[in-house]
Amino acid sequence: MKSKYRISAILCSVMLVMIAGAVFALSRVALYRPEARLEDILYIPSAKVLKRMSLGYNGLVADIYWTRAVQYFGWRHKHRATDYHLLYPLLDITTQLDPNLLVAYRFGGTFLAQQPPDGAGQPDKAAELLERGIKANPNEWKLYYDLGFLESMERQDYAAAASAFQKGSQLPNAHPFLKIMAAQMAQHGGDLATARMLWQTTYASTEDPALKMNAEMHLKALEVDETVPKLEELVREFKEKTGKEPTTFFPLVQGGYLRHIPLDPLGHPYKLLPDGQVEVQDPEAWSFIRQGRPPKNTESPAKP
Amino acid sequence: MRFCCEVEAIIGADYLKTMPAIETFALEKTYQVGFWRKKTKLALRQLTLSVPEGEIFGYLGPNGAGKTTTLRLIMGLATPTGGSFKLLGGDINDGAIRAQIGFLPEQPYFYDYLTPRELLRYFAALSAIPAKECTRRIEAVLKRVGLYEDAWSTQLRKFSKGMLQRVGLAQAILHDPKLIVLDEPMSGLDPMGRREVRDLIEELNHEGKTIFFSTHILSDAEALCDRVAVLSRGELRGVGVVADLIGSVKGNVEIMWHGAAAVKAVQAAGFECHVIGETVRAVVPEANVDQVIDILRNSRSKLIAVTPMRTTLEDYFMAKLSAPAEVTQ
Amino acid sequence: MINRVRAIAFNTFREAVRDRVLYNLIVFAFLMIGASLLLGQITIGVQRQLLINLGLTAISVFGVLIAIFIGIGLVSKEIDKRTLYTVLTRPVERWEFIVGKFFGLFGTLIVNAGLMTIGFFVALLYLMHGLQSSDLSILAAIYFILLQFMMVTAIALVLSAFSTPIESAVLTFAIFVVGSFGEDLRDFAEAAKGGAHYVGLAVSYLIPNFSTLNYIASVAHGNAVPAGVVLWNTAYAFLYGGAAVCAAALIFQNRNMK
Repeated sequence: MKSKYRISAILCSVMLVMIAGAVFALSRVALYRPEARLEDILYIPSAKVLKRMSLGYNGLVADIYWTRAVQYFGWRHKHRATDYHLLYPLLDITTQLDPNLLVAYRFGGTFLAQQPPDGAGQPDKAAELLERGIKANPNEWKLYYDLGFLESMERQDYAAAASAFQKGSQLPNAHPFLKIMAAQMAQHGGDLATARMLWQTTYASTEDPALKMNAEMHLKALEVDETVPKLEELVREFKEKTGKEPTTFFPLVQGGYLRHIPLDPLGHPYKLLPDGQVEVQDPEAWSFIRQGRPPKNTESPAKP
Repeated sequence: MRFCCEVEAIIGADYLKTMPAIETFALEKTYQVGFWRKKTKLALRQLTLSVPEGEIFGYLGPNGAGKTTTLRLIMGLATPTGGSFKLLGGDINDGAIRAQIGFLPEQPYFYDYLTPRELLRYFAALSAIPAKECTRRIEAVLKRVGLYEDAWSTQLRKFSKGMLQRVGLAQAILHDPKLIVLDEPMSGLDPMGRREVRDLIEELNHEGKTIFFSTHILSDAEALCDRVAVLSRGELRGVGVVADLIGSVKGNVEIMWHGAAAVKAVQAAGFECHVIGETVRAVVPEANVDQVIDILRNSRSKLIAVTPMRTTLEDYFMAKLSAPAEVTQ
Repeated sequence: MINRVRAIAFNTFREAVRDRVLYNLIVFAFLMIGASLLLGQITIGVQRQLLINLGLTAISVFGVLIAIFIGIGLVSKEIDKRTLYTVLTRPVERWEFIVGKFFGLFGTLIVNAGLMTIGFFVALLYLMHGLQSSDLSILAAIYFILLQFMMVTAIALVLSAFSTPIESAVLTFAIFVVGSFGEDLRDFAEAAKGGAHYVGLAVSYLIPNFSTLNYIASVAHGNAVPAGVVLWNTAYAFLYGGAAVCAAALIFQNRNMK
């Protein structure tokens, strides 16, 4: 009887040692394949193949890929990554498996288009995705809206934007806003006011938290973009009228030019630089502003 | 008319008066074997048999002779490749006929997740026994086959082979059939169990039922059967009434005595003697018994025993097996 | 006749239950609970979609797996274990046996799916804090899943009537896979020319088409199921399943027991 226990004990220990060894070996191998883990997500890169393998359960598989896409983007965005090359394939698979998954198109329409680190920087792909979405869901005005938005904000193609808004406005239940925007595009495509209207509509019409937060950031950025030139203008006025060069906003408050120290939408006071430039307290916290940044550190990529 | 008398002569006049319970006419079964199913194997050749009603009929043969095949054919589980057969004068495919037949296959398995009660209730439903009769009949039958009551609600997976065999018998007689067909009913039973089954078979026969069972245990057949048939390698080798077969028609007699003195004389008369110490034993034909006893008396040997040796069924069996294939008796 | 079929059906059902086949319900219950609790991380719209997709897919997949695993042994297991002999030698017709087996397994699947549906709706209620009108179409999708079960059961039964469990398992699974491509095959056949066109069309209509019965993604989006689809799918499943059961009975009728 004793030998029976002994053999069991030996087998058990050998097994545990081997498991530990195997885990160690695997971790060593993984070092040689750092990219492998990322590509694992797309182990089956072809949407068609995946569709076949779903055996009709497309809806669920689409949802799974949608979740993966959201996680992929969310994790990278949190770490301010600049590379989102898998976002489009993931969304592509998702929408091919379930062409009616609206939120996937809308997500792609925004986050594929925006420049890194806030998006993949692929506005063409974004437009392509939205157009596919429109084909599969011809009665969804929201997709036309997103397309118009994309054309005007990211591609500055105001004619295309107007056309998209126009088509969308003809659908049943369309937001009346679309007609207005169609008209607006022609004249005021690049205006800040237009941009604000667009972002406000987006904020109101989406339920996805990521998209909502994105819209909010944009709106706050717009506020900065509007406020900074006004502040700089006030400082110029002050200099002209008083001949002094203020180093803070305090003299302007005293002088009645401002009612209180100006705060940015994040709640931090604006900085006044010696040369009269106004900047935000913490440029790193701002993704979308065009004003109020130190000129050299322009991370937002070239866009007129 | 002439034909009729010839048949009578062969089979026996009384035979024709009752309808046979089982009748086969040149029943045959061949299988396709081999990987490509090209070779044919003959499992049963041209079996012509008649089992009279009200008898206990034993179907004998060594393992692999084709007994189970025959039973499968007549019970409709397999289709014959030649010949025909009738059960109780009708077609086995007729539900009305099957309602009167009980069957116990060899090594029966039953749904092992069921209890005997549940199993028999299931079979009762299939045999169209009315619901209110069910419980009474099931309990009666279980008692009859000697299954103790504690086991009635235990799952069959826990049963020993002997217990399963009893359950098998129970389901065979549950619907009070006229004909009962059993394949190796004694297998797996201890001597006491075998005795009980033997008694049960006799009881059932007294109730007027026909019992047809296959076995390779000759002592059971000898004790029970009215008639037997011998099958070997798919061919019928012999059929006969048991009482006739084991009579000591041309028997031998065994004589035992004390005294070596007579040995030479007996040997001189042409009979072999077997000596163990003081006792001598010789087997002589019945006709020569008196002759040998005279020799012993003259030599003043002490006679111990004079025993007629009856031919047993085994003798008949072995004889039929070794004889070349012949027309059935 | 009805009594015998019912007795066989009930016996089959009892075997499935005692075979602990319904334990998958426990797994499903955990799945539903887990899903409805964890889904709080995603937007409301997709939450509901995901729950419906997950729940209905699970009901469908579990059911099909049970149908295959039990179905393939329905007849062959009885022949191997020889439990069949004492059944068929009673006044039971062979076709009654087949039909009884079919209803026994189908009944098991209905009960299984029914319990899962209750669990699913509880989870849905918890998530959405109430019902909406589009939930009715979920019932239609579940009904289609039941029709799917009918067809898979019948097919597994046919295979069980003449082949061993392993062969049947592989074949049934293969048929299920092919059946999901039914519509692609038809498209291909219509685009092809000559012989391939006719052969392709014939095959695409003869193989069981499961994709017509899969409305899960659609009801997850809240779409209603057209009445015409319900009608014709019902007819299709009943007729196809019925034909398969007839085939099974035919095969079994002529089968020799070893």
